[in-house]
Amino acid sequence: MHEWALAEGVVATATRFAKENGITEVTEVVVVVGELQQVEHEVLEFAFEQLKTPLFENAKFVLKSQPAKFKCRNCGNEWTFTSEGMTEDVSEAIHFVPEMAHVYIRCNECGSPDFEVAEGRGVWLATIKGVKGDE
Amino acid sequence: MSDPRIAVIEKRFQNVRRVVAVSSGKGGVGKSMIATALALSLRDRGHSVGLLDLDFTSPATHVILGVEGLYPEEEYGIVPPIAHGIRYMSITYYSVDEPTPLRGEDVSNAIIELLAITRWGELDYLVIDMPPGIGDATLDTIRLIPRIEFIVVTTPSRVAFQSVRRLLVLLKDMGVPIIGVCENMVMKPLAYVREDVERLGIEYLVSVAYDEEVEEALGDPDALRKTRFYKELGEVSRRL
Repeated sequence: MHEWALAEGVVATATRFAKENGITEVTEVVVVVGELQQVEHEVLEFAFEQLKTPLFENAKFVLKSQPAKFKCRNCGNEWTFTSEGMTEDVSEAIHFVPEMAHVYIRCNECGSPDFEVAEGRGVWLATIKGVKGDE
Repeated sequence: MSDPRIAVIEKRFQNVRRVVAVSSGKGGVGKSMIATALALSLRDRGHSVGLLDLDFTSPATHVILGVEGLYPEEEYGIVPPIAHGIRYMSITYYSVDEPTPLRGEDVSNAIIELLAITRWGELDYLVIDMPPGIGDATLDTIRLIPRIEFIVVTTPSRVAFQSVRRLLVLLKDMGVPIIGVCENMVMKPLAYVREDVERLGIEYLVSVAYDEEVEEALGDPDALRKTRFYKELGEVSRRL
């Protein structure tokens, strides 16, 4: 359950942000999940529930999928990631370290491994909503 | 808004007593050999030891250790398997032996990912085989890994030492602790590396003679332990 480690990061970051901004009750945390990392949403949601501290007692964790888009640095081609036809080993390698895409994926126009992951790499904390202590 | 991985890295190192980064300003000085032998030597002294290969574009420690058929366990993150008594983590579990053409930003991202998800547990020492040079990867590890200390490897070559010297000055300027300098592959002892290192106020740890038997011992830690190289390097693990 590698998603657990990512969820820990989200909770730790949200906690720090809440403290820095005087938020005493978090009501919503929006997390963007890039499709390249192929994170299982159910596992991530389960981890959030388990890792919740009182600060997040009434918080909703919203997961938003973001398609992974590549842009070739060699020919400028843009395309979207799909795990179709990928072996389990390759899929797992990219799941743990998304940069392994450069090992196993090539530009579908020119064959170059030199491309940019323009969108949808991994897990990202997008927004937090909450109540400030003096409100 | 924010990268959630950064906040969890410190926690991953909370039960690691010392983090020793083995680095060099230049490739080809035997950095990976020193890092691996140091990890083995610390293990021989009864310590619990981890080895992390962060040289993503030219990983080598798996070849030196002869690691085959191992894979990290997935448990609330990933737990590195034990190889020859050492908790061992390398990008090669995922890249196998394929080329890993990563730009600086990608190297940074991959390093952050590994640091955030790898659970080391309790260790006396985590030895890191660093990427050569003073680029993104070195700066990221300094920024992100708490309590990191450096052992810097050079050869007697003036070409190598000029680059190593720049790394030493950078580390000093950044206030990063430097354990000392290992002079490796010494064929004809000269004093200038030691003198220059000491002039910088940095400890000169050891002079390790060039040892032809090391190449023969690749992939076989027991054979490596019998080399003169390993015995001479033992001085460094003794002093840590």
